[in-house]
This record gives sequence, structure tokens and C-alpha cells, in this order.
Amino acid sequence: MSWFYLFIALPFLYAITVPFLYHKFNPRIHTGWFILIVPLVIFCGLSSYIPAISAGETFCLTFPWIPAYDINAVAYIDGLSLIFALIIAGMGFLVICYSIYYMSKFKEALHNFYIYLLLFMGSMLGLVFSDNIFVLYVFWEMTSISSFLLIAYWYEREKSRSGAQKSLLITVFGGLSMLAGFILLSMITDTYSIREMISKAAIIQSHSLFIPAMILVLLGAFTKSAQFPFSIWLPDAMEAPTPISAYLHSATMVKAGIYLVARCTTIFGGSAAWFWLVTGIGMVTLLYGSINAVRQTDLKALLAYSTIGQLGLIMSLLGLGSAALYSKVGNEGAVYAIAIFAAIFHMLNHSTFKGCLFMAVGIIDHEIGTRDIRKLGGLMHFMPISFLLVLIGSFAMAGLPPFNGFLSKELFFTSLLNAAEMSFFNMNIWGIILVIMAWVASVFTFIYCMIILIKTFLGEKKDYKLKQKEHQAFLSMLMPPLILAILVIVMFFYPNVLVQHLLQPAWVAILPTLAATVPLQIVISPWHGFNTALLLTIGVILAGTLLYKTHEKWRSPYRFYPQTFTINNMYDWVLEKIETCSRAVTNWYMTGFLRDYLVYILGFTILLVGGAAVLFEGLAFEFSRNAAVNMYELLLLSSMVISALTVLLAKSRLTSVIAVGTLGYMMVLFFVLLRAPDLALTQLVVETITTVLFLLCLYHLPKLKRENSPLRFKIVNGVVSVGIGVVMTMVAFSAYSNHSFAPISSFYLNADKLAGARNIVNAILVDFRGFDTMLEILVLTIAGLGVYILIKLQLARGKENEGTK
Amino acid sequence: MKEPNDVILKTAAKIAAIIILTFSIHLFLSGHHNPGGGFIGGLAFVAAVVLLYLVHGIEKVQRNIPVNFKKIAGLGVLISVFTGVKGMMDGHPFLNQTFGIVDLPILGKTETATAVLFDVGVALAVIGASLTIILSISDDR
Repeated sequence: MSWFYLFIALPFLYAITVPFLYHKFNPRIHTGWFILIVPLVIFCGLSSYIPAISAGETFCLTFPWIPAYDINAVAYIDGLSLIFALIIAGMGFLVICYSIYYMSKFKEALHNFYIYLLLFMGSMLGLVFSDNIFVLYVFWEMTSISSFLLIAYWYEREKSRSGAQKSLLITVFGGLSMLAGFILLSMITDTYSIREMISKAAIIQSHSLFIPAMILVLLGAFTKSAQFPFSIWLPDAMEAPTPISAYLHSATMVKAGIYLVARCTTIFGGSAAWFWLVTGIGMVTLLYGSINAVRQTDLKALLAYSTIGQLGLIMSLLGLGSAALYSKVGNEGAVYAIAIFAAIFHMLNHSTFKGCLFMAVGIIDHEIGTRDIRKLGGLMHFMPISFLLVLIGSFAMAGLPPFNGFLSKELFFTSLLNAAEMSFFNMNIWGIILVIMAWVASVFTFIYCMIILIKTFLGEKKDYKLKQKEHQAFLSMLMPPLILAILVIVMFFYPNVLVQHLLQPAWVAILPTLAATVPLQIVISPWHGFNTALLLTIGVILAGTLLYKTHEKWRSPYRFYPQTFTINNMYDWVLEKIETCSRAVTNWYMTGFLRDYLVYILGFTILLVGGAAVLFEGLAFEFSRNAAVNMYELLLLSSMVISALTVLLAKSRLTSVIAVGTLGYMMVLFFVLLRAPDLALTQLVVETITTVLFLLCLYHLPKLKRENSPLRFKIVNGVVSVGIGVVMTMVAFSAYSNHSFAPISSFYLNADKLAGARNIVNAILVDFRGFDTMLEILVLTIAGLGVYILIKLQLARGKENEGTK
Repeated sequence: MKEPNDVILKTAAKIAAIIILTFSIHLFLSGHHNPGGGFIGGLAFVAAVVLLYLVHGIEKVQRNIPVNFKKIAGLGVLISVFTGVKGMMDGHPFLNQTFGIVDLPILGKTETATAVLFDVGVALAVIGASLTIILSISDDR
């Protein structure tokens, strides 16, 4: 077992200790201090892989999980997974550091917060390193669930709950479609490994299930990365605490979709469908996000829409770059592949500047008590450092020098212009339209960046009741965004260090097949001479400044946009309809009478088991090999019949219960006669305890009285009870008479040698089928807790009601 | 449900409970080679405790055995899961059990198996969950 697995397991293992740490040290020491070590260890540990990875090596570690089904936790470390993991660990460190000051240790349930955060961190790391599709899927859904828990962290707020529900519904829907897509892919290629799928890309692309598989996988990526029209969950997710918004909903989790698309580029890329779906949806999302961001008045909502836009930008770049894999492209592939490089670069840049912005907005919210742009203004005098942070962050987002956003934005324009000259995929018509869309979106991006900066920090001072002045005490809260801001600038001046060690390996990892034929090399320089891309940027600045100056005048059309047709309203409508529909259906058959449910269960058993036995000709009656029936057995059988009849005819409940018990004990005797001591013992003990439970329950019931039930009810009951008896008897006979295959039970005869136990039954229970037993006791425990909660909650509520009376 | 003053029942139950408890431990330990095991041993243990409850009343027994059975159930599940993790540490699949013969000071050459640890978890989970259910239902008046 490699040490590497510790990096993925560490957050989960550490999460177990968090409640103890919280109860022991809070409020003396903020719990966050203890958590800080986790991302630090992971970050340092992963950094040690950078030299090897940048030298072109990859690592593949196999760890058997369910080897019988070929499901192994294969960790694959290459440039792409490493860059994501470093972002996850690095941002995690900064965010936890920030949260120590943001989350009050006196008011908040910190242990919940950090457990969810660690769960997320671990599952996100697992996601990027998984090579097995099912392991990847499990981690994928775990990120959705931890995100749900974190959005609903302040669960007493109605908005937090609905936002969390929305995000869970949308992302889990996507996750399930992705699973379906993966299953299709594994059917096509007969493997569960993503790397092997990549090597079989040609088979996949010529398969008839190619398009369905692609769309299903993309649904997963688009919902997770908040692409249009699934983007509606992201603004609502802003109800989470700001450190979470900075971490999950801008830097890491929403990038999982980007990761998936990047990973699958070699599988699906090169086809027109993939190119247009990814590029088109990305472009529409970019426009949608940036145009909607401008009209927001809440700073966090504005940042959420800008995140949607930026994710769309990255997505469209991945789509554009996939053209490099087009079969007839030849050596030009390297030119189009630059788009993929730009996507990774921008993803990294976005994590830095958006994280910085979120944290700065969090500071404003924390100090001033509002994030409403209309109530803010002139903050520069109170918060000079925050002003600097927002300045750096928003200029980088707008794509201005000397910040890293400029470099990737230039690459974005360059790749678009390159793509516009493509001679395939109908780009001669659509290419120019894509460029215009990107340019317009960039203008809007510029405008909302200015809104964040100017409306909040410049202008006239407003009356604030500052809780505390921004001074030394908050230096630690300012540290994390400052580090990010410094990174934003450093990455502008020394981009090639990063290119060489992180971005280049990631780029090669996305396009392994292309990298084998064409050398993928790039050198970024902050000044690349006057070209069309730079002209576009200058145009963006000019048009953006002009429109910002006049934006009060042209904002009015936003108000005329019919609210009934927004996606949010559609979502609400669908949700409401689903709820009413399912309630109607449920109420129709959930009558609240136990006897109805019994009729359903038994009736279906008769239909399914009996029907299947008849349909597949499974009925067989062969009594020739049976042993002779002796006296004891006949005696036992007749007493069992008598006690069964007693149950039916008894006048009091007590008699019935005792008769049922007798029936059970007779069964025990049968087991003894037929030499099954384990079964006999189990049956004996279970029978005893059920009888006690029965008696306990009956103690509270009224006296049994004769009921005059309608004839129809009686007939249904009669048919069902006779039917189930007949079906079960026939199944028992047929099971004994049929010999379609050799029984597997002979395997267990070697239990002594295999498991060191001479008792076969027990060896099966604890060893051969230990997994079943483990899940059974888990179910039993959950059932026990369920009964406890149901009864205790009811009691507590009952008392409450009495108190109000 | 207890009767106010039933000396015979109380005396008999005391002795019976001791016998059942001892037997349940015997059942548990003999499970490896003979009939018995965690599930049956645990249930027999539950039967003994339930007998005490029936005779002496819940309050009195709970005063003398101040155990939270919900925690016992959780502990049992945890033990079982962790014995499975142990196999993973050695590079085997999850829940891979091993056994070997160890020379113990008093007992001499004894066979030990990790499956017994797993069974301890099963027994504890069964005891905890069953008693939680029984106590919850009998508490509900």
C-alpha cells in the first residue's frame, strides 16, 4: 500500500477526530487551527511529485477494493490530476486559515463546518485521482453531498435550505446521468478504467452509442460546473458561508465538471458533436453569466454569476481545443491545442483571483454587515487593504495587465481567432459569431468588474456602523487573500515557471495521443506584440469604460425581462408539480392501514414469484429422492397445524401470541430432528425475543373484539393468504426438485482449510459472506435507532403539545 | 408489567439470568467450530436482559446496568468495519479475515482468528440494536 493513499484518506480520517477536538478545546482554541495541518500536509506531499510529473512521468497505483468485480481504487497521478489536487489542497489551506477569523468560535457549530469541509476535501481529491469510473462516480456524488451540507450549514434559514436542495437535485441528477454515460462507455469498451477507454477512443467514436454516452457524461459535467441552463443552483448556493463559496463554489467543486470534460477530451474529442456541444454551451454560459452579473446588487450574487461566466469560458476553450483531435487536422493540431492550454491556465488563474475576490467580499460583509452594492460606497477610506485586494482581483478578472487574467484572456482570444479560421465543423460561418459573442461577454465582464470595484470602494462615504476598524487584528483574515493577490501578480510576470512545472504536464495529460505525435510547447510572454487579440482587448476596455459610464441609462431593459420565463421559475414550477403529483400517487395507495400494505406485499410476491415460476417453467415436483416421513415428523406437523389454527380462532390476543410462539418452537424441533443445530438455536432465541416483543406491544392494545368486516375484504384476504401459502409451498418443492446447475455449497465444505473454522454456517457468516453480515448489522443498528427516534420524537412532541394546551 | 411482589419469579429469574448469560457467552465462543456465534450469542444475551427487565422493571435494571445500548450498537458496527480495514492494510481486499495458531501462556496452542473480532462486533451490534428497540417500545406508554 502506497503512502500516496494517505493523502486521499487523511481528510476522512482526520474528520473523525474533529468532534473530540471541538469539545475539548473550543472556545479556548479555534478548531480551525487543528484542521489547518491537513491541507498543508497534503499540499507538501503532493508537491514532491511535481519534479517527476514535469519530467513527463506518470504514476499508477492499484489498490484492490472489490477485485471480484474488477473495481479497484486505481490512483492515477498525472499532470492534470496533480494541478487540480494542488489547487484543492492549496485553496483548502488558505480557506481554512481565512475561516478561523470568519467563523466565530462562540456562535457557530464549528465541528459540523470542518467535518463537512474535510469530507469535501477528501472526496474532491479522490475524484481527481480516480481512474476507475465507479470510484470516480462515488467521489463525485460525495462532493455533491458535502456541498449540500455546507450550503445548508445555516439550516435555520429557509433560503439556505432551498438553495441546498436545489444544488443537490441538479448536481445529483447530473451525477446519475454521468453514471449512465459511464456504464454505456464501459459496455462499449469492456473496461472500467478511464485510461483504457482513452486508448480505445477510436472504437467509442465509431460506436452507435457514442452520442448518447457523450450527452450523458456531459450532463454530469454541465450540472456540476453550473453551465447554462443548469447554472441556477450556483447563485442560490451563495447562502453558504463565504469561505465555502470561495472554496467549493468558485475554486474547486464547480471545476469538477471542467476536470471531467478535460479528462474525456481524448475519448470524445475530434467529433463535431463534442466540439459544438462543449463550445456552444460554454459560450452561451459565458454570455448568460456575464450579462446577468451586471444587474446583480448583491456582491456575492454578482460573483456567483461571474463564476458561471468564467466557467463557461473555460468550458468553451476545452471545446475549441478538442478540434486538435479531428482526424483530418494534421499538424495544425498543435495550434488548436493551445485552447486546451488556455483552459487550464485560466482555470488556475480563476481560482486565484476569484478566491481573492470572494474573501475580500467576505471581509466587507463581516465588517460592514451588508453586501448590497446600493448600500455600499466609499469604503476605500475604511478598508485600504481590501480595496487593494478587490482592485487586483477584479482587474485580473477583467483581463487587464499586469495581472494573470490578462495572459489567459489573451490566449482565449487567440484560440478563438485560430478556431475562426478552421475549415471544418462549419466554422467558416460560425467562427466569427463565436468571436463576437466572446467579445461582447468580455465587455460585460469588464463592466461588472468595474461595478464591484467602483461602486463599493469609491464614491461618497455612507454612514456605517463599523463593528471594528480594519486593522492589525484582522491581518490574519487578510493574509489568505493577500497571498492570492500576490500570486495573481507573480503569475503575470513569471508565467513560464508555472508553465514548465504544472501547466505543460497537465496539457500533455489531457491530450496524450496528440502529444505523442506533435510536440506541445508554449512560451508565454506578457508582451506579445500588436496583434488582433490585443486589439480586441483594447476594444473591450474602451467599450467597457463607455458602457460603464452610461450603465445607469441602459440598465432598464433588465427590468422588462419577463420574470415568469426565467429558468428559476421553471425549476420551481416543475418541482411543485412533481411534489403534488407524487403526493397524489402516494396518498392513493398509502392508506395507513397495515393490512392494506400486507395485501400489497403478499399480492406482489404471489404475482412475481408464482408468475415467474409458471412463465419460466420452473415448477417441478420430484419426490423420489425424499426420505421416508417418520412418526415424530407427522406428530410435529399436526401440532403445527393445530397451533396455526389456534392463531386464527383464538378469542384473545394472548392466546394468539402463544400459539404463534408454539408454531415457532415446533419449527425449532424440526430443525433439531433434521440436524441443523445452528438454525435451531437461532430460531429458538429469535422466537423467544419476538414473543416478548409481541407481548410488550399487545400490552398497550385494547381487547380483541369481533369485527364485522365486509365480504369483499374477507375474500381478498382469503385469496391472498391461500395464494401465498400455495406459492411458497410450490417454491419449496421446486427448489428441491430442480437441478439446473451444480450447487455452490460444496465450496464451503472446505471451511476448515479456508477459514480455519469447522462450523460451516458461521464461517459463511463471518468470513465468506462477511460483507453481507456487516451490512446486516448496520441495517439492524439503523433500524434500532429508527425505532428509538420515531418513538422518542413522538413522545417529545406529544409533551410539547400538551404544554401548549 | 411487573407484578408488585412475586418472590418466586424474582428468585428464579435471578438464577435463570445468570445461566442464560453464561450460556450466551459460551454460545458466542463456541461459534467457531460448533453451533453458536455472534448473532445467536448476542440474542441469547438480549433474552437474559429482557428477562431481568420483565421481572424487575426497567427502571431498576437500568439503575444497575447503566449502559446506553445505542452506543453499544454503534460500537459493534465500528468494530466489525475496522476488522475489515485491517485486511486492507496488508494489501488484501476489504473484510479479508485471517487465522493462525498462537501459543498462549495458559491455554496452550490456541487457534486465533480475526473473524472472532468481527463476531464481537456482530454480537455487540445485535445486543445494542435489539435492546434499543425493545426498550423504546416498552417505554412508549
